[in-house]
Order: sequence, then structure tokens, then C-alpha cells
Amino acid sequence: MSFDNAYDAITDGAGDDQHWAFGTGFDDPLAGVDRAVPADTSAVDLSTYCLMLADDALILSQRLTEWCSRAPELEEDVALANIALDLLGQARLLLTRAGEVEGAGRDEDTLAYLRDEHEFRNVRLVELDCGPGPGGDFATTIARLLVFSTWRLAVFTQLAHSADPVLAAIAAKGVKELAYHRDHAAQWTLRLAGGTDHSRTRMIAALDQIWPLVDELFTPHPVEQSLPAIAVDPATARPEFDDVLDTVLTAATLPRPTVPPMSPVAGRTGRDGAHTEALGYLLAEMQHLARSLPGATW
Amino acid sequence: MSTPRSAWPLYEVFVRGKRGLNHVHVGSLHAPDDEMALRNARDLYTRRNEGVSIWVVPASAITASSPDEKDPFFAPAGDKVYRHPTFYEIPEDVPHL
Repeated sequence: MSFDNAYDAITDGAGDDQHWAFGTGFDDPLAGVDRAVPADTSAVDLSTYCLMLADDALILSQRLTEWCSRAPELEEDVALANIALDLLGQARLLLTRAGEVEGAGRDEDTLAYLRDEHEFRNVRLVELDCGPGPGGDFATTIARLLVFSTWRLAVFTQLAHSADPVLAAIAAKGVKELAYHRDHAAQWTLRLAGGTDHSRTRMIAALDQIWPLVDELFTPHPVEQSLPAIAVDPATARPEFDDVLDTVLTAATLPRPTVPPMSPVAGRTGRDGAHTEALGYLLAEMQHLARSLPGATW
Repeated sequence: MSTPRSAWPLYEVFVRGKRGLNHVHVGSLHAPDDEMALRNARDLYTRRNEGVSIWVVPASAITASSPDEKDPFFAPAGDKVYRHPTFYEIPEDVPHL
């Protein structure tokens, strides 16, 4: 048994973890999955599609991480960090897949740290500053998480049946995580809406603030349309999204926002690499260490 | 420093591990209500695959023995060796004993 790494020491155990009361039975979600690119599939499109899904998770993970040590309560601090780590885990698997399918030798770190703003394919919703920065507050963070996790859960539920076995396995793992994220956001939406007049006012303002970026989530991109059996057409996730949001907003007696959608920039949105100015600042913080000290490990 | 950091009530958390038979007290946390206490417990105490079931109990609902009563409560059991079932011959062919 090796003691160089605490997890190895726990999980190795000569295949017998019966003597451990807690913290055993870790699974590799991709064990035994065929990693070959499916037949008759464009590697460029599949790689780009993986980047889209990866960047959504990576950028929101970075945003949620900003709450570390600043959440309203210690318990919520850990909850948001857990959610951020779940999303980072999804991003790592998807970035690895994107690099592997691309075949240019780029690994997850290269893709996360050495791409520039216009190469990121995330929807604009995830890059917004929704607090703890000046752009928002806890209610905005919850509103964004509710919208994001409801949308992504609806997409991943379908993606679990993708013709790409790797994407299917990643989605199957993500579905359980996203269901919890959605529940967490819904629980807080109910409490902020039903708390005080002040918390209710801020919850309503929070939904209005992020609502302009909702329509973009359901607009199919040409890459998604070019991979019919592999990718999920996000438009098909809209009925489930509307049902869930209606249920939560009704239970919280909140009005459904009526704010118009944010326009694309010259016909381009986040999926095309056209971002709001918030993303540049986020990437500067996320990437500066890896770029200042190339090849550094920590 | 005398004011509590959190205005939320305190809950005690009990987790049943995969192979354990009983829920075991693992710690405490603050939460605004019962449902959020359960979720906070999930996030704080089962992050490393520790459990398959959680109980949360408002700390105010627990009646605890007092350290002042330690002697009358517990010391009398200290010398009653005959209360342990160690004076029986256990037959070889009796399982699960």
C-alpha cells in the first residue's frame, strides 16, 4: 500500500476495502468506455461540441469559486464550492474528450489555460458576474444556477443516450450532479422569495437580470445540428425547462420575467466565441498563473 | 465575541455509512430550516462517499446528560463486572454469538 497519496492509500487496499467504514467505493465514470470517434462523424464538429459543453461548466465553476470564503454562511460556502467542483469535474472530462478527438495534442490544461477569449464556446449566461463581485448578489447567483442547472439537466438527460459513448457516460454521471444543483437553487429560490420583502425584491431583480440570456441557451448552433445522433438539439430541452421554471416560480409566487433577450453581436453569441466583456477579466484571473509560469505544477 | 456568528439554529447530524448498521453522530451545522439542514449535511458530511442515509435533529431537541452528574450517572456501572455476560460457557456449535 502506498502512502504517497492519501486516496491511493484508501482505494488500493489490495482490492479489499471492507475494513473501511467510510469513504470507499470510488468509481471511474468512464471505465470501459470505447473512446474511438464514432463512424461517419466529423472530428472537428465533435471536438467543438465537447468544447461548448466543457466551457459552460468550466466558466460557471470559476464564477462559483469566487464565493469561496465569501458566502453568506459557512454551510453555503461549502455547498457552492461542491457545485463548482462537480462542474469542474464535468469540464475536465469534456475538455479531455475535446482534445483527444481534435488530435492536435492539446490536453485539458492546454485547452483551459491557453485559449483566448474568442476561442471559448460557452453560453454568455455563465460568464456574467452574478456576485460576489459588483455585478450581482447571492440571489443573482441562485437565479443563474437555477436557470443553468435546469437547462443543462434537460440537455444531459438526452445526451446520456448519445451515439458517442464517451459523451453518454459523461452525461450519465452529470445528470445526478445537476439534479442536486437544480434542487439546491430551487430550495434557495423558494426561501429568498418567501423570506422578507427585501429578499423577495432582490430575488425578482435577480431573475430579471439574468433572463435576457435565457433564449441563447435554446438556440441550436450549426455544430449541434451537424451531429444529429450525437449532440442534443437544445431547442428540444425548452419544454422541460419551462415546466420546471413554472413549477418553481409558481411555488415561490414569483412573476415570470418578461425582459427581452440580449441580442447577438453581429449575429454571433457565446457559442461562436462572441462574449461579454466579463469573460476577459474572468480568464485573466483563471489563466494568469498557468501563463506566467508555463509548465508549472501545483 | 459573545454573539453567535450565525443566526440560524444549530442541528446535529447523524450519518449511516455504507457498511455501518447505525446512524452515527458526525457533527453539527447551522441551517435556516429542517430541509436545508439535510442538504447542508449532505454537502458538509458526505462529500467523500461516507454515507447512504442522513438524519438531522435540531440541537434544541436533544436532552443531554450533564457533566456535573457524571459520577451518579456513570460511576456506579464501573464495578459491576457481573453485568457483563462473561460467565457463560459458549457451546462451539452456536453461531452468531
